[in-house]
Amino acid sequence: MSMELDVFVGNTTVLDQDVYQLWLDGHTVSDAVRIRMEAGALQECEANAEVLHSDTTDQFRTFQMCERLLQSPSKVANQLLFQIPPHRQTMLIERYYEFDSVFAREVLGKKLSKGTKKDLDDISSKTGIALKSCRRQFDNFKRVFKVVEELKGPLVENIQRHFLLSDVLARDYAAIVFFANSRFEAGKRKLQYLSFQDFAFCAGQLISYWTVGAVDNMMEDLDVDLEKDFLHDLKDLKVLVNDKDMLDQHKSLVCAQLRGKIKVFSEMEANFKNLSRALVNIASKLTHTKDFRDLFIDLVEKLIEPCRSDKWTIGDLRLFLKHYSSSVHMLEAFRHQVIWDRYMSVIKSCILKMYHD
Amino acid sequence: MPGRLKAKIVAGRHLPVMDRASDLTDAFVEVKFGNTTFKTDVYPKSLNPQWNSEWFKFEVDDEDLQDEPLQITVLDHDTYSANDAIGKVYIDIDPLLCSEAATVISGWLPIYDTIHGIRGEINVLVKVDLFNDLNRFRQSSCGVKFFCTTSIPRCYRAIMVHGFVEELVVNEDPEYQWIDRIRTPRASNEARQRLIFLMSGELQRKIGLKVLEMGGNAVVGYLQCFDLEGESGLVVRAIGTACTLEKMSTFPATATHPNNSSPSKDMKEPGFGEEAPGVPLSSGPPTPLRAQTFSSFSPSKSYSRQSSSSDTELSLTPKTVGHLCHFCMIPPSPFCVFQEYPFFTLTIFPPGFLLHVGGVVSARSVKLLDRIHNPDEPETRDAWWEEIRQEIKSHAKALGCHAVVGYSESTSICEEVCILSASGTAAILSSRFMQDGPLDTEHRLSQFEEVVSPGCGFCHIPYDELNIPFPAQLTYCYCCRRYKVPDVLFTTIDLPTEANVTGKGCLIQARLCRTKKKAQGEGNAMAISNLLPFLEYELHTQLMNKLKLRGMNALFGLRIQISVGETMLLGLASATGVYLTALPSPGGIQIAGKTPSDITYEQHISNMQKKINDTITKNKEQYEINPPEVVEEIIGSPIPEPRQRSRLFRSHSESSDEVSEIDLSHGKKDAFVLEIDDTDAVEDIHALLTDSPTPAGNTSMFTSVRVFRLNANLTNQGLNKIFSDLCENLLKSLYFKLRSMVPCCLCHLNFTVAIPEDELIQVAVTAVAMSFDKEQTLENGKRSGEKTLIKAITENDEQLQFNLEPCLVSSTPFFLFSLLFLSTPLSFPLALLLSTASSMEKASPLPEGRSRSLRSNRSYSGSSVAVVKMTPLSFIPGAKIIKYLGIINMFFIRETSSLREEGGVSGFLHTFIAEVFAMVRAHVAALGGNAVVSYSMKECVFMENPNKNQAQCLINVSGDAVIFVRESELELTSVQPQSATTQTSNGGEGT
Repeated sequence: MSMELDVFVGNTTVLDQDVYQLWLDGHTVSDAVRIRMEAGALQECEANAEVLHSDTTDQFRTFQMCERLLQSPSKVANQLLFQIPPHRQTMLIERYYEFDSVFAREVLGKKLSKGTKKDLDDISSKTGIALKSCRRQFDNFKRVFKVVEELKGPLVENIQRHFLLSDVLARDYAAIVFFANSRFEAGKRKLQYLSFQDFAFCAGQLISYWTVGAVDNMMEDLDVDLEKDFLHDLKDLKVLVNDKDMLDQHKSLVCAQLRGKIKVFSEMEANFKNLSRALVNIASKLTHTKDFRDLFIDLVEKLIEPCRSDKWTIGDLRLFLKHYSSSVHMLEAFRHQVIWDRYMSVIKSCILKMYHD
Repeated sequence: MPGRLKAKIVAGRHLPVMDRASDLTDAFVEVKFGNTTFKTDVYPKSLNPQWNSEWFKFEVDDEDLQDEPLQITVLDHDTYSANDAIGKVYIDIDPLLCSEAATVISGWLPIYDTIHGIRGEINVLVKVDLFNDLNRFRQSSCGVKFFCTTSIPRCYRAIMVHGFVEELVVNEDPEYQWIDRIRTPRASNEARQRLIFLMSGELQRKIGLKVLEMGGNAVVGYLQCFDLEGESGLVVRAIGTACTLEKMSTFPATATHPNNSSPSKDMKEPGFGEEAPGVPLSSGPPTPLRAQTFSSFSPSKSYSRQSSSSDTELSLTPKTVGHLCHFCMIPPSPFCVFQEYPFFTLTIFPPGFLLHVGGVVSARSVKLLDRIHNPDEPETRDAWWEEIRQEIKSHAKALGCHAVVGYSESTSICEEVCILSASGTAAILSSRFMQDGPLDTEHRLSQFEEVVSPGCGFCHIPYDELNIPFPAQLTYCYCCRRYKVPDVLFTTIDLPTEANVTGKGCLIQARLCRTKKKAQGEGNAMAISNLLPFLEYELHTQLMNKLKLRGMNALFGLRIQISVGETMLLGLASATGVYLTALPSPGGIQIAGKTPSDITYEQHISNMQKKINDTITKNKEQYEINPPEVVEEIIGSPIPEPRQRSRLFRSHSESSDEVSEIDLSHGKKDAFVLEIDDTDAVEDIHALLTDSPTPAGNTSMFTSVRVFRLNANLTNQGLNKIFSDLCENLLKSLYFKLRSMVPCCLCHLNFTVAIPEDELIQVAVTAVAMSFDKEQTLENGKRSGEKTLIKAITENDEQLQFNLEPCLVSSTPFFLFSLLFLSTPLSFPLALLLSTASSMEKASPLPEGRSRSLRSNRSYSGSSVAVVKMTPLSFIPGAKIIKYLGIINMFFIRETSSLREEGGVSGFLHTFIAEVFAMVRAHVAALGGNAVVSYSMKECVFMENPNKNQAQCLINVSGDAVIFVRESELELTSVQPQSATTQTSNGGEGT
């Protein structure tokens, strides 16, 4: 005796959010039943394991049937197969595209290609996220990337329009797309301490201030690419460290401002030239693809680690960067103020975001 | 040339990729009606083609308009090879033929392919221009309205109820034609779909003609069924109740039918849909012919009849037509409109229409199918049903009733054996709605009736108490104290709104499985005939016991379904149990031991007895059954529980002569020890669902399907247990699924059992769950006053009924029994029933879809797809139906040869049911509607061949497309819109 067939179909599709989450997390039906039982589902309605199993199987099947639609969310609203109230549609889509930041962190900066997909097994065992869920998340990244890659206009808005995601989630996807497109190095050991949210913040800064779209949002190309002219202009900043006078003047200006205000003043004074050189060198080398990809590792190695070894507090660093960038305005010989500000404002916030243990 | 059909193909969307190379499709459309075909241009390289075609015009007879569907085929153009079909849309033109229904069909309709399912959508516009046709001899019946609803539709009133209409058409099943061997499965499926569309169109037209002949303009309670008889053909049959309806808004109405009299009479006769408090009721006086009728109950007589007819048709039906042809119990005049059969498919009646209810009458007949030789004259099938109807009629007459209400017919087919069943409730109706004005007055004068309180009148016995056709315990009515009532009442109708009910109702279900030897032809039919009475008797016993366990005394909406398979018979009876205030309090259940000497056994029995008594007490509390204490002043007053047993005996002995054969089984029943099943049933978890009946807010319709496979050799008991567990588990699953809607009640639970294959049992359930929205209740109560509230509660009482399939009725168990034995030999040894079969199948309940209605359509305006509610009920709680757009009757076939890839049988069926819902919704939306009421899934035939990775499923659904408006929107215009707007903004966000 066995159940051959067991189907439950509602005119309005019956969806249980908790079960949906279990499905998204890549559990098998029997796992999901166990989890639900542990969560006390049996206390409701005098259910038994059989009932729970049937319900779970049914829901999982429903989600599987919906999955095809969820992959092109704009179809969800005007498909006829499932009658789902709009607020539930929104929930389904949003949850489907939500991802584990641990997973995203692993994928960050990697090429979203098939080759990487083989690494999903490793990521799965490393993060403890079910392989099925990894697949879904990875495919979501790839799908969003593929669609947005071809589109003009602002990245976040494009993602929102095509995938009907919330603003927050769309921004996260923008960061993922940006990283995948620019291929930033994020996997190095020294960068391991940085979370996905750190990178997402930095990506947001870069997108907002350094990309083509930041200047002109009617550009024809994907606004994920950094503005070439800007990167080129950054080379001009070299004068800040190459011109000895200017470097000294800059140092004295900063020291004057910070004296007595930060605890690590002496360390700062001793290190000023190294720090300034590091910042300017990073800027000037951004035109080279290799150096550009190493942006974050450079920031960590050349700035964050020295500061950390000198025990700078985040407050010290914030003050230093503030005055470091503003003092340049007082250098009369320096004529690249606009470029400088555009560069420093982003770098400053990135460094501050990344400056933690 | 009385009609011009116009169709315009606007656009397509979400088309499948037909050209792998380009990932695109070059689509065009063929529009076909009858033998005329038009084509659109090819719209190259797009998955969202914009054809924007001209209007294609078809000039056709209205006869064709009724019979033929408009057939739209979407194809992919291919320069070098044959064009590939993407899919089809069949559009039933019928709703456009009636001036009061829809005027245009416009919207996105799913493109359906029998192999691939839904493949995109197409936007079409369809209109019909009808020219007046004065030809008296026309074959068309355009303009006759059809309703699946088994009550007078809400925005109409009945001027006259003409009575029963039936028709059947037969054809060869394309699946079994020789050509099927060489054509593709797709071609074969499409031929079948198209044929059934044509046949149901033809059937509807023919029924319409009959209605016109009778002077009516509508069919209410239209029930259409398919019998897939395999080799021997395909039968489409329908029954309904012909009426003359009138739109309510046009009151006071001028006469709309030839028979009607003056407007003044209209004014004084309240319509079906209206309140008619305290109308004088009339009932037929007891007939002197009773005795004569009764003689047909003699078992020996029926036995001989049967043997004489056992050639190719083994009939359970006695052919006792002779002396039953006329209704002599009542003055003939008012019922001349009745035609031959005084049957009504209605289950809800306007106040004052239903006078007395006798009990359930049913008839079954086992037939051997043979090829239908001449499809144009389906005499055999007609004759079969004729017999059954005659039997029903005679049963009703035996109960002193002149009419049968809540009438339905069904079949169960296995190989070449077919069980035909019919059932209804014998009743006496007021003639008010069935005759002309003058007659009415006359008739009323001639009657010697007094005003009876409407709350109990229908319970009063219609038969002569000195000559009861079956043993029953009569008492004086507990409401009015003036008329006799039976101790138990079984009916197939819905609970009359005016009935006095104590406490709440609940689902009562009896389930039974009986093994049977594998046999061929006549032997098989004989075996089944012999089994049937026992099956029904046991079902009835179960129903009685379960009813008593719950402390109730009446069943409504009883539906008994018997399914036949190779090696077993399944019986499922479901009904809503209630406590009718007018009827006596039910006795308890007494358990008697077989071996009274054994002390431990005695102990066990008394424990059981205590458990049962406790359960009854508990149930009474749960269902709030607290009948008022009655001063015992009358003969036959209810006997306290401990005396139940002796009472049974007494009633038995009273029943003396005719029913003497029943004595044995009666005695047996008395000693009947409750089976485990029954005790289990006690623990039914209905509390959850029968919670606080207040106006319903949300409704949600669903379908769920289960198939169970049995592989062990099981005894009847084992089988019963499994079957019972199956149903219990199905119900439990439903409760669990719907837990988020609690408090809610499950309404119109419709179980369908089938034995699709040798070792499978399939059970399908359609139901609607209604949740009670507390806030809304308050709001309604405050805003629209008590009237709404009360009305809603009455509606709820109706909702509590769970209507199930065909059934028997009786006012007592013994009556039912006697009915059964009428047509089968009593002497059949019980032992035969217990013969075991080597393999059994069990199917699990297959609940059909349930639709969940959203709180308000407007609140979801963010969606580009209109929300369409579906409900098996005839109304939408908290809403007003403002227009009926026509009947929806759709038939689909789905087949796959990649079953595993589609998620196995469950995945396949799940998708298919979802697709069927989607297509129903789309067609309703295209008609301009926002709901389907009286929805039912008539047929769900599922076949699989896992070895070949194949499966096939046929589904037939029907219902009435309507436009409804929320009462809250009508009345609370100031408050509701605000909240609705809030909801819109929330819901629309991010979509």
